[in-house]
Amino acid sequence: MLNTTTSAAAPLFALTNVRQAYPKPSGQEYVVLDAVDLTLTNGEIVGLLGRSGSGKSTLLRIVAGLVRPTAGDVRHHGAAVDGPTDGVAMVFQTFALFPWMTVWENVMAGLKAKGVPTKEAETRAEEAINLIGLSGFESAYPKELSGGMRQRVGFARALVVHPEILLMDEPFSALDVLTAETLRTDLLDLWMERRLPIQSILMVTHNIEEAVLMCDRILVFSSNPGRVAAEIRVTLSHPRNRLDPEFRALVDDIYALMTARKPLPLAATLNAKRPPAYAEPLAHVSTNLLAGLLETLASPAYHGKADLPHLAATLQHEIDDLFPIAEALHQLGFAEVEEGDIRLTEPGRLFAESGVDDRKRLFAEHLVLRVPLAAHIHAALKQAANHRLPAGPLHAALAAHMSDGYADETLRAVTSWARYAELFTYDDESESFGFADLE
Amino acid sequence: MVWIHTSVSVKATDAAPNRWDVVALPLVIGLLALVAIGGREMTAPLDSVAASPVDLDPGLLPDYALRSTLRMLAAMVASLLFTFVYATLAAKSRRAAMLLIPVLDVLQSVPVLGYISFTVVFFLALFPGSTLGAECAAIFAIFTSQAWNMAFSFYQSLRTVPRDLGEVAQGFGFSGWQRFWTLEAPYALPGLVWNMMMSMSGGWFFVVASEAITVGDHTITLPGVGSYLAEAIAQQRLDAVGWAVLAMLLVILAYDQLLFRPLVAWAAKFRVELTGGREAPESWVLDLFQRTRFFRALLAPLGRLVDRVSWWRFSFGGHGAGGRARPLAGRLASALARGMNRVPTRAVDGGWYALLAVAGAWCGWSMVTFIASGAGWADVGTACLLGGATLLRVVVLIVAASLVWVPVGVVIGLRPRLAEAVQPAAQFLAAFPANLLFPVAVVGIVRFDLDPDLWLSPLMILGTQWYILFNVIAGAAAFPNDLKEAAANFHIRGWQWWRDVMLPGIFPYYITGAVTASGGSWNASIVAEAVRWGDTSLTAHGLGGYIAQATADGDYPRIVLGIAVMALLVILFNRLLWHPLYAFAERRLRLA
Repeated sequence: MLNTTTSAAAPLFALTNVRQAYPKPSGQEYVVLDAVDLTLTNGEIVGLLGRSGSGKSTLLRIVAGLVRPTAGDVRHHGAAVDGPTDGVAMVFQTFALFPWMTVWENVMAGLKAKGVPTKEAETRAEEAINLIGLSGFESAYPKELSGGMRQRVGFARALVVHPEILLMDEPFSALDVLTAETLRTDLLDLWMERRLPIQSILMVTHNIEEAVLMCDRILVFSSNPGRVAAEIRVTLSHPRNRLDPEFRALVDDIYALMTARKPLPLAATLNAKRPPAYAEPLAHVSTNLLAGLLETLASPAYHGKADLPHLAATLQHEIDDLFPIAEALHQLGFAEVEEGDIRLTEPGRLFAESGVDDRKRLFAEHLVLRVPLAAHIHAALKQAANHRLPAGPLHAALAAHMSDGYADETLRAVTSWARYAELFTYDDESESFGFADLE
Repeated sequence: MVWIHTSVSVKATDAAPNRWDVVALPLVIGLLALVAIGGREMTAPLDSVAASPVDLDPGLLPDYALRSTLRMLAAMVASLLFTFVYATLAAKSRRAAMLLIPVLDVLQSVPVLGYISFTVVFFLALFPGSTLGAECAAIFAIFTSQAWNMAFSFYQSLRTVPRDLGEVAQGFGFSGWQRFWTLEAPYALPGLVWNMMMSMSGGWFFVVASEAITVGDHTITLPGVGSYLAEAIAQQRLDAVGWAVLAMLLVILAYDQLLFRPLVAWAAKFRVELTGGREAPESWVLDLFQRTRFFRALLAPLGRLVDRVSWWRFSFGGHGAGGRARPLAGRLASALARGMNRVPTRAVDGGWYALLAVAGAWCGWSMVTFIASGAGWADVGTACLLGGATLLRVVVLIVAASLVWVPVGVVIGLRPRLAEAVQPAAQFLAAFPANLLFPVAVVGIVRFDLDPDLWLSPLMILGTQWYILFNVIAGAAAFPNDLKEAAANFHIRGWQWWRDVMLPGIFPYYITGAVTASGGSWNASIVAEAVRWGDTSLTAHGLGGYIAQATADGDYPRIVLGIAVMALLVILFNRLLWHPLYAFAERRLRLA
């Protein structure tokens, strides 16, 4: 079913120097993707790996032709892409099934939209449904199905239009661990047996192991703005074994790559107007998680130092959960992250061993010292005559240098940390910051 | 049986930019005034439509009821068409939305019975010498009680179509037509059906009011339950009033069971949430249709037809299978779109703003000159003063109804079995046109020689108070059990329980009910502040009575004045009271 002849001439799909940026009211722009090159060739699975906010989903939508890049060249078989790309079908993290259509109708939707004759459409839908293991479920509505079955419908709906390229946007991340593994294996088996009517798969993931398990090539993205930080070829033969030392080594390498502190000046010099120090995006991580990780690291099991992949496996966290915690600790000076390892610092150890009041004092000290935004708000509150600081202008100032969503999250993060440290507080009613004891 | 969509009936709180009302208000009222002017000029020589006189024989009531029902249906179809076109236009074009949404907001603030005063003459002139004009006027009045709500609901749904589903449609290259019928319309359906049902329950009131109405020298009498009632009032026959009430009860019951219950149950499958958590509404009629082989066979071809039609491409530049050449129209359309994109957006926006401003100013000016042609500043003062009186009535009545129905609703809502029995009854009462009961009250007022200023007031809320009741019941029934248990566990009782536990819990629901009730009361004031019984007529001092009087006299400048003042008051009332309260409830008190 699969055409395996690889033509060396024009690649299946090629993006060159793609840039995606949104203008901000301040006149500056918020850059999502910058200088991204990507080619897809016949017979390969390519993974886009990166943290949330690294623009990999946007990249996927550019390939699908759903988003037009601000700049750069997008070619499908050498022809410029303009509008939804033919021969590309997408599988969504949220499944994106039409709730009012049965499994059968969902699978048929793409064919009907294209005006495929009914007879042929029905044959193809039946094939896809059988292939993906959905036979018997044709008359079910999505809400009657489990998550795994719903995603199978997502796969069948994408495959039935016989796309050249299958795009997958974190297709397994909304599923539980066991279901996700079954689906991955089923898909890989079909792919290896060349039973899928597709020539290439492009998948977005934030799960390092998943990328190593499935992909022939992994593009690691850095965030803010999204750039390709590294390209890694995976030459392990299928079926791959997660416990294989080579597999583990590769996973460790990628962890190291992704936890490498990015050279900050680079980002700064690229911007003509250098943003103020406080305009730095913060991930909203609960202080409970911070304290929890510090305690775990301080426990005899780790003696203050842990390997992140190992920690992730033990705590059953995906990297998107673990990295922000580790990075927040790094920023606050309670731990250091490098080379895929996390190490407790002296203040971190002190924090883990202290009681509530000492913890809060220590946290407050570090917050003012290490988080410029917290220091900025704190200083502004002290200066203000009424000791209040409206959040609106601050949000606008932040949003001049990051997306609105990041500005929201950054303010939420600093608020929750400052509340824990009893440094300052936030009043939702008046939408302003203030000191707790003045309330 | 809890299937209240609390949010849908509330108008687009954040979608309507306030400053645009400045344009929209004069635009709407001004245009209505123009219709009236034009109509009056056209119809000068026309006599009243001579319709067959209504007979009070109860045996004729089934026929009358049928006619009223058909009017209702026709208005519903018109409202649906309007909704599809208007809301889709507003949702798809930012510039259109700039105008259409504020206009819609004003349209729904204009008292429904105000429309009929304007349009009767116009429609009569449209079909001289036949009852068709009168029919159209009545249907239009019902239409105005339904369409705005439905359009708002549809517009909001279109704006909130889940992104991923939109991307699926885009990725598969759905044409605009396909996208509308397979994604957007189904997504909007549950909210739309719910709003249809709510609008319909308001609609009965206006059927009754619009079938027998006098505007100046034009008298409309259309055979129907409403005109039957009017005849009964004219002949002072309480027994006939009773028959009309009975007929209306049966009609509403049939409508609910045969049309809306099946629709709501059927629409449930279009809800997007994928978990089957909420209780599915049921309908025996729908079951009948879906489970019997006969009906299934009957409906199957219809289903296939709908399916076929909804997958028509009708495309302009969409790419079909096999790389079919783009039709010329498609190329033209995309060339035009590209050309439009080249014009700086700000320039186009600026031109558009200017155009709207000029149109608004012109309509506003013609409104003012029209009012000035027959009314002076003294009249403006009077109208405002009377508006204040009606406002006072509305506020007092809402407060009074809340004090009664909130505790009752909570008590009922906390007892699931009782709630299940009472909830449909409350919805039913909300649908029942209260103006059928006005004669009874009037007889009482006349008999005991009571002050109409005071005793006519409760009529305004007679039909609308039930919205408060059934929303509060829904809120109390949806109140999370764990919170109830926590309150009991910590011995929270008495006033503290009401203040800290239950009232915040039901507040969003209460607001929804109160908004609907207050809107309905404004509408009802036109009928309730001026009532008749035979030759006796009672009038309370208020803006509703003022409009009713002006309508009866055919005094157009004063009708326009009264309606403009009332629309303004309603808008201010909504903006300054209900919107902030609703926003507060959404922000702070929504139990996720």
